[in-house]
Amino acid sequence: MARDAHLTHDLPLPQPSRDNAPFHEAAKRGELRLQRCGACGRFRHYPRPVCPHCLSRDYAWERASGRGTVYTWTIVRGPTLPAFQDKLPYNVVDVLLDEGVHFVSEVLDCPPEEIRAGMPVEATFVPVTDEITLVKFRRAG
Amino acid sequence: MSRQHTIRDQAAVAGIGQTRFAKGLGTSEYEMAVEAIFAACEDAGISPREIDGLVRYDMEQTDEEQLLAVLGNPLLRFFAGTAWGGGGSASVLVVAATAIAAGMAETVLVFRSRARGKHSSWGKDPKQGGRYWEKLATSLPGLNQWHVPQGLVSAFQEMAMLSMRHRIDFGTTDEQYADVAIAFREHAMRNPNAVMRAPMTREDHHASRMISDPLRLYDCNIETDGAVAMIVTSVERARDLRQPPAVILAGAMAAGSHHIRLSTLFERPWDEDSPVRVARQLYDMAGVKPSEVKAAMFYDFFTSLVIIALEQYGFAPRGEGGPFVEDGGLSWRGGRLPCNTNGGQLSEAFIHGFNNTTEAVRQIRGTSTSQVEGCDLVLVAGGNTDPTGAVILRRL
Repeated sequence: MARDAHLTHDLPLPQPSRDNAPFHEAAKRGELRLQRCGACGRFRHYPRPVCPHCLSRDYAWERASGRGTVYTWTIVRGPTLPAFQDKLPYNVVDVLLDEGVHFVSEVLDCPPEEIRAGMPVEATFVPVTDEITLVKFRRAG
Repeated sequence: MSRQHTIRDQAAVAGIGQTRFAKGLGTSEYEMAVEAIFAACEDAGISPREIDGLVRYDMEQTDEEQLLAVLGNPLLRFFAGTAWGGGGSASVLVVAATAIAAGMAETVLVFRSRARGKHSSWGKDPKQGGRYWEKLATSLPGLNQWHVPQGLVSAFQEMAMLSMRHRIDFGTTDEQYADVAIAFREHAMRNPNAVMRAPMTREDHHASRMISDPLRLYDCNIETDGAVAMIVTSVERARDLRQPPAVILAGAMAAGSHHIRLSTLFERPWDEDSPVRVARQLYDMAGVKPSEVKAAMFYDFFTSLVIIALEQYGFAPRGEGGPFVEDGGLSWRGGRLPCNTNGGQLSEAFIHGFNNTTEAVRQIRGTSTSQVEGCDLVLVAGGNTDPTGAVILRRL
């Protein structure tokens, strides 16, 4: 069988679950919501049932500012999955949010040569399906 | 840590075997595994029927039953797997030594067989050869759901993000990446089993295409088919076998961050990541300092990660792995620390790190094609962006 027949062609998306549903529900409304510890007050991402800092299991989903800076980045030039082939080259960034947590995303409307560590960015929301809205970023003023 | 009741000096590698390495061998992982296993038994001077223990990578496709079916139905009384792919590439020896030290097995087979070339795919499952990341589901329940939909689809792109941060923090350069690639290529040119044997210049390195900034094609491991196997036994028994034993002086494992989980990786202090935790335990059990190690085999999936590993295993201070590799720092002859003297996964073959482990055994035996003089202590480390492990081998 041709190698191509085994490849993933459609855009892979997050599968909503009990762990991450509040995140995706918020993203659909244009909000970045993260878990925040009820005991020590620190935010966390990825979603998990315990605070990594104080081990409290008390938490709430709270709205984050959506602001942060680029901590590290890459420009993907290929190979990549067929679903991303047409947008090559594209950036992927790790954003250190003002809330102190890291979030992997993309800075929209930013040419590869203009991506810099420390660049201020803010969240923007890109609906992909009825269930999933991806959280992306734009350069902040 | 008490040195009593550990695996220190309990087990030794008594036999090594491998297939030919190539971009495509046109054969199955099962058949390659068998070829390498028989070669390792022959090297040790034992019958496959004497194997009574097995440690495999948990991703390995050739399983216990398939092995019984081709090894004469040996009495397999211990079997285990190590998790995390390349992170477990040295841990297999830690687990084998643990089984031997505890008396659970006497003659332990360890192996890895891989059809990894991009045209060696034979099915839809990610484990059926080829590039696993090209065969993802389109609805992702795992933690890769936070990377893949953003376009970060493969390990090499995640390594690019990690490598870029090392450059931001410490000013690591393209020149230093080239130093690693060229040193390992020069080792491969001396090794008739290596896949990549053409000379590489600094200009060749810089001219190779950018894959994911800052990583170029020549910063990445190659994709190959092949298999490697080893026979591990008690030091006592190894003395009576055909080859000079490579004694497992010490071994350690530690859980830590993983590259498919960058948010938690960046949340943790660097000196509590898995390789640094492994290094502390390893040197403590071995009773040696990094400066006493004569050669090292790092998990060289990317040039930049070798530079970082030098810092994690204490050969260079934090942030100074880049300068360490300059001016032939990793060369088999006259280097500060000769590394990956087979050519590594950058230039010999990509057998999930296990081809670097056989090279460590050859260095201890004195049979490498780039033999380091007086090589009596060699460090072998698993992938440094996974939960991982490492061993130090010594001469008897």
